[in-house]
Amino acid sequence: MKCRKCGGAAALELRRHNAAFCSPHFIEFFRKQVAEAVQRYRMFSREETILVAVSGGKDSLALWDVLIEDGYQTAGLYLDLGIFDYSRESKAKCEAFAASREQTLHVVRVAEAVGAAIPVVQPITRRPACSACGLSKRYLMNRAALEHGYTVVATGHNLDDEAATLFGSVMHWQTDALPRQSPALPSTHPKLVRRVKPLYRLSELETAAFAFLRGIDYIVEECPFAQGATSIAHKEVLNRLEEASPGAKHNFLFGFLDRAQPAFERMEGVELRECVSCGQVTTGSVCAFCKLADLVKRRTS
Amino acid sequence: MKVILRNPRREVQVDGKRRVKDLLVELDILPSTVLVIRDNELLTSDAVVGGDDVLEVRPVMSGGSAP
Repeated sequence: MKCRKCGGAAALELRRHNAAFCSPHFIEFFRKQVAEAVQRYRMFSREETILVAVSGGKDSLALWDVLIEDGYQTAGLYLDLGIFDYSRESKAKCEAFAASREQTLHVVRVAEAVGAAIPVVQPITRRPACSACGLSKRYLMNRAALEHGYTVVATGHNLDDEAATLFGSVMHWQTDALPRQSPALPSTHPKLVRRVKPLYRLSELETAAFAFLRGIDYIVEECPFAQGATSIAHKEVLNRLEEASPGAKHNFLFGFLDRAQPAFERMEGVELRECVSCGQVTTGSVCAFCKLADLVKRRTS
Repeated sequence: MKVILRNPRREVQVDGKRRVKDLLVELDILPSTVLVIRDNELLTSDAVVGGDDVLEVRPVMSGGSAP
């Protein structure tokens, strides 16, 4: 297989683009896709310092690498979930990455904020671990950004993540979630930091290939709690569709963003207020994170 | 050839030469869900593998509540 640009030996085939690239031209393609995402959604400027939420996985470290190489000012945020060896290893990967590139890495221990690590929280909530984990991450990313004065948080969500989330929302017609499914969520409250997903144009295969070709040492092992997660089941369904029809995931997500999302956006009219307990933004009087922390406190004391 | 699979980590021995795409069909793996690595290089689906090759088939899917 030959590179579309130079005719050399290809390192990766991109069926949805009907193309293949050698290593240098794939890296160039990847960076252009990120630049296109940043520009299209005006995600951030070169005057801002971007807080990159990193997990030690391929996506978030690939994103951090692209932003650093493109000359952006960045810092990393690692949320320590306390998931046994998985968290120890992923934290070590993030620390090594940050040190090798002379970047600041903030570390927040979820157990200190919620009252217990995710493996303890999960049986208390009687819901999948990903539920409390996702809630904690969203809350702590925003809180950490506010505390340290960052105006924007970038996450490593890729095209597959976004397509799977959209698929799940549509499967259950979660019309409250659809307006918020966007590569860039603006700050709609002084205590709500802008959140952006510069990898939304790139598939999971592409982010993995980029991380590999750039020599990024990322954690390959899956989170032990991700086994059987609904998001994985949705990804598997979409991968079958993609195999039969290359570009299916791209068309599903991009079609939604271009043509359907604006209609759902018009339907949304949510009043935001500050949580009476912690002061963070919520739609009720007490935010979901404080409710979770209170539940954990009652069950563990 | 030796094929190293992940999540969970295991190894399988496969005899004879074949293209990567045919190997993945035999292993019941969708090509878009893995990187196939030999000697620290990525292989495309038309690459021929076999003999003394050591391949890593590395899954790309992550789940749960990423980032």
